[in-house]
Amino acid sequence: MGAHGGNYINCEKGLWSWLTTIDHKRIALLYFIAIMFFFLVGGLFAILLRLELFTPEPLFMTGDMYNRAMTLHGSIMVFMVIVPGVPALLGNFALPLMIGAKDVAFPKLNLASWYCLMIGAIIAFLSLFWGGVDTGWTFYTPYSSKTADAVAMVVFGAFVMGFSSILTGLNFIVTIHKLRAPGMTMMRLPLFVWSLYATAIIQVIATPVLGITLLLLTVERIFGIGIFDPAMGGDPVLFQHFFWFYSHPAVYIMIIPAMGIISEIISTFSQKTIFGYKAIAFSSLGISAISFIVWGHHMFVSGQSVLAGSIFSVLTMLVGVPTAIKLFNWVATMYKGRVKLDTPMLYAINFLSLFTIGGLTGLFLAAFNVDVHLHDTYFVVAHFHYVMLGGALMGFFGGMFYWFPKMSGRMYNETLGRVTAIMTFVGFNVTFIPQFIMGSQGMPRRYHTYDGAFTPYHVTSTIGSWILAAGFILAIYLLVRAMFKGEPCTEKNPWGGTTLEWTADSPPIHENFLEIPTVTGRPYEYR
Amino acid sequence: MAHHIVPLNTNIKTLAALVVLTAVTVLTAKFIHLGGAGNLILAMFIACCKAGIVLSWFMHLKYDGMSNRVIALCGLAFLALFIGFSAVDLCSRNQGGQNQYSCGFSTEK
Amino acid sequence: MSTASYNKKEQAAHHFDSLDQQHDAGKEGVWIFMATEIMMFGGLFVGYFMYRTLYPQTYMAGGDSLNWYLGALNTLVLLISSFTMAQAVTETMQGNNKKALRLVTITTVCALAFMVVKYFEYTAKIDHGLFPGFNMWDPASAVEYANNHLRSDAGFSLVNLQPGQELAPGQVDGKSLKLFFVLYFCMTGLHGFHILVGVGLMIWIMKRLKNDEFGPKYYTAVEGVGLYWHIVDVIWIFLFPLMYLI
Repeated sequence: MGAHGGNYINCEKGLWSWLTTIDHKRIALLYFIAIMFFFLVGGLFAILLRLELFTPEPLFMTGDMYNRAMTLHGSIMVFMVIVPGVPALLGNFALPLMIGAKDVAFPKLNLASWYCLMIGAIIAFLSLFWGGVDTGWTFYTPYSSKTADAVAMVVFGAFVMGFSSILTGLNFIVTIHKLRAPGMTMMRLPLFVWSLYATAIIQVIATPVLGITLLLLTVERIFGIGIFDPAMGGDPVLFQHFFWFYSHPAVYIMIIPAMGIISEIISTFSQKTIFGYKAIAFSSLGISAISFIVWGHHMFVSGQSVLAGSIFSVLTMLVGVPTAIKLFNWVATMYKGRVKLDTPMLYAINFLSLFTIGGLTGLFLAAFNVDVHLHDTYFVVAHFHYVMLGGALMGFFGGMFYWFPKMSGRMYNETLGRVTAIMTFVGFNVTFIPQFIMGSQGMPRRYHTYDGAFTPYHVTSTIGSWILAAGFILAIYLLVRAMFKGEPCTEKNPWGGTTLEWTADSPPIHENFLEIPTVTGRPYEYR
Repeated sequence: MAHHIVPLNTNIKTLAALVVLTAVTVLTAKFIHLGGAGNLILAMFIACCKAGIVLSWFMHLKYDGMSNRVIALCGLAFLALFIGFSAVDLCSRNQGGQNQYSCGFSTEK
Repeated sequence: MSTASYNKKEQAAHHFDSLDQQHDAGKEGVWIFMATEIMMFGGLFVGYFMYRTLYPQTYMAGGDSLNWYLGALNTLVLLISSFTMAQAVTETMQGNNKKALRLVTITTVCALAFMVVKYFEYTAKIDHGLFPGFNMWDPASAVEYANNHLRSDAGFSLVNLQPGQELAPGQVDGKSLKLFFVLYFCMTGLHGFHILVGVGLMIWIMKRLKNDEFGPKYYTAVEGVGLYWHIVDVIWIFLFPLMYLI
């Protein structure tokens, strides 16, 4: 196919060929369309929430509407944007290319996982017509088993989306184990692949527990069995154990692959060998292992025993170790490198600074006694936005800009790209630094009115959210526009990267490589 | 990887072992009373042996490569963590009635 | 054994180098799926152990009110089906699709027999008001049924505690009995669902065995369904003593 000058985008035509494709690169583009749509919807709700908080008095929402908008924002961003974002979109595109494979191990399963996401998302969105859901994205019992009927739908939607995540993880593990090009030993894998590997382990091990949790909740609502109902002797805290056994590792499903992207970008744009390859690779695995034994830190104030809380508190601190290893290695890689401040690199630097703040405030919250004070305040909200938005999404956009020339064979407007990176950085900090301050002063989360004393912080935060939103919208516009009208960029390796995907055509042919490459050394051998 | 064919003989022996262990499970549970959690632990021990037999012979893990063994072990190990940490929480709740975070529901004793 | 049959599968799918690689990948995929099954059922086992620790006596009473003869019978049926499935894989690997077809058929019959026994168990429980959903739960009848079936040396009996009523010595609040049956129906129900899925997979395999599609180099589908079937068996190995015996 490639011999005729065709590539994966134009080798087949028509909508049907896209909807039935089993080419991992096309599936990645399907994910791109879906996830960008979800991101805009989720972002819209974020803007509405911030707008409502512009004044201490109710502005245009009732408390009920606010709760519903907040739940939608959370569920969309978690289940439909960040969890599938990096692994399913960028991972799908880059993984087979990076290890020199023609496709993932199970291409049909790969497509099925996209459809699972779509079906789950549609079910969840349909709940809007049943009046929406006001439980927050955590669906805590016993409230979630008593409130609006639409909970069952959203929960079932999330259940179906869980399958998408499991199938992707399964696919990636087998692909990495079995489909590496000749000479591509595990110790020669690009670091993004290592991070996808660590992520896939979590997806496979943790997501089934979410499945069973949500299934129980659905059954509870439909049959009225009352398994988490305290009136019957049931234990609502058990639900939280179930939920966080998945949802804490899920946080790392979101951040680890973004860390992998950062490793790629930092090495490429510093034109320098990555510092501590093994340390970065194994710290990914370390994080994914530790992620399973820290879930109780979400439950410090929800009826868990003091002993368990203390153990979880100490274990949570451990996460800081592999995370810090990564940060130090990235900084050491940049040190004395020929740093080029192109768009992907700017996003990577955004990541470094924002994620460091997010990680360090995470240590405050990990301390049992401090968390009792800060729990359910804006401090927590700011903390996880620094990690999820400042970390995972900055990494995601960095990766999008980084692999975009390979994906599309076109180039975006570099100047505007840099502008978006700076805008999101500024907007992000203006939005969330005030939230740290008011959180530490006791502003509780999930309220749609507040004490007048917090007005300056909320107003600043809302204004920041506009800058942030403008930055992201511009970034998406840039990418979408460049997809169709961008400057053609057929150069195989525009950034001077050393991993295998840069030896393929831009955009790659249907089977990725005309001839499967043979690997002779580690990536990132710059000098 | 070698395609190891398990002979009929081995499969019959495996089945026999499983049936015997099932009988042992029933007999110990019905006729030996260990008190406390003793019977639970014994029954779980026998069940683990049976599961080990199924995994090793029927599911060919004994002849399989390392990666599949590790995958199976991973599933079991993380499950053990899940059960273990939940148990730590449950067994240390309301100790001496001093738990200030008690979630306000009573437990029968 | 027919040579034509696996000649048509000499070619691996386009993204694999060889049939061996394809087989290993497929098998590993099935194993990872097995790990997810372990974790999914594992969640229910966590719930079981939690509630058992909180309410040991009602769990004992709940277990005694199940019919352990039927449970043991079902255990035997599943073990035999596991054996025939394992032997079917052995035969397929030697190219004996005919023999394998017969063995898979026996496995399917066993699976259906299991479900028939389950049907009788379920209807009996539902008749006694022991189904915990759809307002079918009848506390009086449930507690009476459990007390009638309680082992003779238990040393306690269940009562439906009314508001303001005190427990007499040797009495246990039967409220949590419902929690036992919630988990009983959830766990055996999910397990039964897996059996039914297994039957579907078996029918698919039987069709392909009939078409003589498998051979010494191409048998991943049979092996994969086999692995699935054994995991279903393993889960039952744990469910049986936990639910029926102790």
